[in-house]
Amino acid sequence: MQDWKLNRALFASIASAPTLWLVLFFIVPLGLVWLYSFGTNVGLTEIDISGTFANYARALEPLYLGIFLKSVWIAGLTTVICLVVGFPVALAIVFATPKWRPWLLLGIMLPFWTNLLIRTYALMAVLRTEGFANQTIGWMWDKWSGLMTFAGLQPLGDFTPLPLLYNNFAVVLGLVYVHLPFMVLPLYAALDRLDKSLIEASLDLGAGHVRTLLSIVAPLAAPGIISGIIITFVPALGAYLTPDLLGGTDSQMIANVIERQFKRANDWPFGAALSFLLMYATFIAIAFQAMKSRQAERRQ
Amino acid sequence: MATAPKQPIISIQNVTKRFGAVAAVDNISLDIMPGEFFVLLGPSGCGKTTLLRMIAGFEVPTEGRIVIDGQDMAHVSPNKRPVNMVFQSYAVFPHMTVTENVGYGLRIARVPSSEIKSRVEEALALVKLDGFGGRRPDQLSGGQRQRVALARSLVMRPKVLLLDEPLSALDAKLRAAMQFELADLQEQVGITFVTVTHDQDEALSMAGRIAVINKGLVAQLSTPSDLYEFPANRFVADFIGSVNLFDGRLTVDEPDRAIVDCPEIGRIYLNHGVTGPHDANVHVALRPEKIAMIPEAKGKPTAPECPEGDNIAHGQIRGMSYLGDITIYEVKLDSGRVIRVSRPNLSRYDQEDFTWEDKVWLSWHGSSPVVLQS
Repeated sequence: MQDWKLNRALFASIASAPTLWLVLFFIVPLGLVWLYSFGTNVGLTEIDISGTFANYARALEPLYLGIFLKSVWIAGLTTVICLVVGFPVALAIVFATPKWRPWLLLGIMLPFWTNLLIRTYALMAVLRTEGFANQTIGWMWDKWSGLMTFAGLQPLGDFTPLPLLYNNFAVVLGLVYVHLPFMVLPLYAALDRLDKSLIEASLDLGAGHVRTLLSIVAPLAAPGIISGIIITFVPALGAYLTPDLLGGTDSQMIANVIERQFKRANDWPFGAALSFLLMYATFIAIAFQAMKSRQAERRQ
Repeated sequence: MATAPKQPIISIQNVTKRFGAVAAVDNISLDIMPGEFFVLLGPSGCGKTTLLRMIAGFEVPTEGRIVIDGQDMAHVSPNKRPVNMVFQSYAVFPHMTVTENVGYGLRIARVPSSEIKSRVEEALALVKLDGFGGRRPDQLSGGQRQRVALARSLVMRPKVLLLDEPLSALDAKLRAAMQFELADLQEQVGITFVTVTHDQDEALSMAGRIAVINKGLVAQLSTPSDLYEFPANRFVADFIGSVNLFDGRLTVDEPDRAIVDCPEIGRIYLNHGVTGPHDANVHVALRPEKIAMIPEAKGKPTAPECPEGDNIAHGQIRGMSYLGDITIYEVKLDSGRVIRVSRPNLSRYDQEDFTWEDKVWLSWHGSSPVVLQS
């Protein structure tokens, strides 16, 4: 291959447009927001960049810190559930016959290609008090109750719809639903690369399936597991739409708070400070992954 | 082998394996005896690996039974079978050291750790990997990785060791060395070895007995020398070594002699009878090294133990291939048929005896040709 450095003119003409785009529409606005985070509101639209740390100090107050920690907790729970659900799914796809594999992958990808808003409203239709979930459970409840009467037992009484929407449960369910493909795809990639004869060798040496999974498959799929965790956790931590639509009053996540600062509260400096705290947390998570993967590389 | 009739360690009984409509293994029955070095030999796709994987338990027979050490394996999963396998890719666990790899099976069997330590060391010494215990697989050569895979299986003290193309990934020199080493190792540990290979040299050099497999069937089951000298059919004659095959008609078949008339090479005389239908179409196999070649100028020869005029042919050298120890000549017979003749280079100048376009007489012993019915 030709060394691109040798042809500076060509390289410059190809690279300048995207570079300009990134600088204009990403670096500069991000820098502005970063500057805002050190400013104070003076008037309705004016911000004085005074270099104050007051916004950061306020962001670390128990109220906001609490929401922040709760966001970490919800994103973490989402990630764990995605891992527990996604691992068997990825395994199943890897071991499916070649004829089935693309269809199963499509099944994972399909919701991924559907608009998030539509998916979220669909989930609301399922979860609300008169939704499909409650209707189904209610129908089964009635039948069971009828069966008990028939058997001469006390009927169950009236069915009270389960509170499935506008709470933390709905938020976690929605986040798992949205982020599952993010987990399944890197796991699938890692497991697909795995030499199947390693699994057979483990079975051949007397290990059962569970032991093989823990001693051979999981350690060798570790890079995929870690990247799955990161790319599930990071967007889940910054989730906005899902908690906004599915959550109740106590299931605010940090992105909802940030949005409110920029809009209703009109406190851009404080919103900026919260945004950057979230970004720092994300960077730490990514740095952690990079460190881990470099360690793993060095070991091999 | 002189002791009383032994029970086979592996008994394959009418085993068939179908993948869809294709029978990879087609009603094979064979017995493998304890302590044997048994080789399944055949071209790729003949079903030999499928058969090995069914013994290991990774494939389930569509029909038939596999009995190992007197026990029907029908419902025994791979991890409960008294066999261990050395995989073609070696399948050494990349995230474990050599010691951890070799001790893996023992840890699962909950062998006390002090015993694991001594048995792992013993196994590593057996495959000449002493001192390599702390290495990781990526710090080993292909040959060393294979030894790890061998040690990992042998340490389990299985009744049978299965080897899937054990030498295919090694270079030619190492492969030749490992052929001897594997045979020695097998003698040393006394475990039954069942090896799959497509390489006839490998099979001939290591095996006690060989089952030649073709299209899911056993083409012949025999010792290496019998396979070479007494092939049962055209496939075996052609697959094992190099051979000239002629079509002919069995015209004389008596207890002490037989004659096959072959249009391409003339009358082929055999100094023994063959049990074939009279006046039938047969094939004759003649190995290149069993044909003697002299210059035309020396005059028409008489083949040993043959009536005058039989087992001789006249031709012209059309091609030569000097291989060092032997030279292979392509000789075009007067009939137009080209056959191969090989000649050992007994002196340092033997290859200079003949050259292109030389006219030659060929002859062969009355015991050399093999008559094949199929």
